[in-house]
Amino acid sequence: MSEVLLELRGVETRVGRYQILHGVDFAARRGRVTMLLGRNGAGKTTTLRTIMGLWRAGAGSITFAGRRIEALGTPEIARLGIAYVPETMGIFSQLTVRENLLLATGRDGLASDRLDRLFALFPALRERYSVPAGVLSGGQKQMLAIGRAIIEPRSLLVVDEPTKGLAPHVIEVLIEVFRRLKQSETTILLVEQNFRMAVSVGDDVAVMDDGRIVHAGSMADLAADEALQHRLLGLSLAVHQ
Amino acid sequence: MLLSGDPPRGRILSAMLATIVAVLAVAPFLFPSTRALAVAERIAILIVLTASYDMLLGYTGIVSFAHTMFFGMGAYGVAIALTRFGAGWGQVVIGALAGMLLAIVVAAIVGLLSLRVRAIFFAMITLAVASFAQILASTMRDWTGGEDGLTFEVPKTLTSAFRLGGGYNGNLVTYYLIFTVAAVLFLFLLRVVNSPMGRVLQAIRENEFRAEALGLRTLWYRTLAGAIAAAAASLAGSLLALQLRYTGPDATLSFSLMVDILLIVVIGGMGTLYGAIVGATIMTMAQYYLQPAMGGLANAFSGVPLMQAVLDPDRWLLWLGLLFIAIVYFFPTGIVGRLRTP
Repeated sequence: MSEVLLELRGVETRVGRYQILHGVDFAARRGRVTMLLGRNGAGKTTTLRTIMGLWRAGAGSITFAGRRIEALGTPEIARLGIAYVPETMGIFSQLTVRENLLLATGRDGLASDRLDRLFALFPALRERYSVPAGVLSGGQKQMLAIGRAIIEPRSLLVVDEPTKGLAPHVIEVLIEVFRRLKQSETTILLVEQNFRMAVSVGDDVAVMDDGRIVHAGSMADLAADEALQHRLLGLSLAVHQ
Repeated sequence: MLLSGDPPRGRILSAMLATIVAVLAVAPFLFPSTRALAVAERIAILIVLTASYDMLLGYTGIVSFAHTMFFGMGAYGVAIALTRFGAGWGQVVIGALAGMLLAIVVAAIVGLLSLRVRAIFFAMITLAVASFAQILASTMRDWTGGEDGLTFEVPKTLTSAFRLGGGYNGNLVTYYLIFTVAAVLFLFLLRVVNSPMGRVLQAIRENEFRAEALGLRTLWYRTLAGAIAAAAASLAGSLLALQLRYTGPDATLSFSLMVDILLIVVIGGMGTLYGAIVGATIMTMAQYYLQPAMGGLANAFSGVPLMQAVLDPDRWLLWLGLLFIAIVYFFPTGIVGRLRTP
């Protein structure tokens, strides 16, 4: 069993007048892909935003690499080595692809080996390296958002619904990318509605409902148990093949 | 290199900018009249003042109404130093540096205390701070001369008593001092917005939360941008003091000047910096020459009753307003924004 990199215990978050998270407990282990699944409105995005400090945890603890982070500001959390790809892709549309990547490095240049690795994963970004990110297609924007998250070595990659609204062939590309990242033992926490992708890349799974974790275990076990899928997610893998 | 890898892009725009800069570079020889020289000096000063404001508004998305306050600090710094300690170059330098230092400190304090709040509240805070500075300048008569302001002597090298030969005098030195300092400050600001810091500022403008999620300390960058812009505005104020040999609340701290800066940024094109050159030129030329031009046209159409009334020089502000509306209508991203190729 690999060591725990990120752990949430009893995390509660309010957004305005509404309590969204009601005591979230789960862990992401080093070198593994942890899927965070659940119906719309279950609290998955709020959980990721709380981890990143974009919304404050009102109660509970968040521990990353042995350090409590729930009281830290977002920049400090990111600087600990957590890369976040938000649901809305989070690219800067008026900056070029290159400038978007540079922002993540904090330097004025990109290491050629990291850039080669990135272009190997996303060849489309090489072709569009000098154009403003705003003119990229939806799939390319998502590639850029993920590319920016991995251009520098990070301890944890937090990704929110990367396949949302993308064409099937782009989703296939992303599945392949996450498989390769998994092979390189990158630790990933991935929120995803696409169950086929979840099964393809996930090692562990936590299922949320109504702001709580209602199931945690291995992704393989959930994929094999159709009744459990129905009960937790209201779907079965068969219909998503 | 000189343009920090950010050329104007676009033939018409490049030609327009090259013409403005070339004319400004030789203005004293092309237009020897005192009025024309004053117009050229004002354009150079406004370019720096507006470019520094564009760095805040156009590049960082910070809406501040306190920019003229920093302009005033530089102007009063030089004015007070020259009034109190005599007309020497040392006083000019000390006054300009003191004004700049004060501007940086105040900008940093205002930024750190209030940039955490929403944009509209920050704008309101800057409005209050600017009003406070204006009141302070009007009431601290012993230091600022109150509403009358300060009239002072400048170093002899900058006066008409300083003869250069060929019919030229210290006014030429004043002009090239203003032109050179303005050019250096503009190129410095261009370097800043095209540096890694400039990239961060643009990211903050687009989405502050996303920038924070990348590990960027946005408050620090916004405060730094505010301090740099304040320093540049303050130095522009010092140049104005040397040009006018006078500093008063209306000349440097007024809200109408703040509106002028906003208009110049919008007309020139936000987030381009080059927009400051085009906008400041159009605005200053219109302010100085629209009224006489209308007078000439009114005389030319003296036989046509309606035209004479419409072109009455007293209605110049109406035409200035219509000109700005037309520019905003036809160039919604500003003149530079429209002419610049992506």
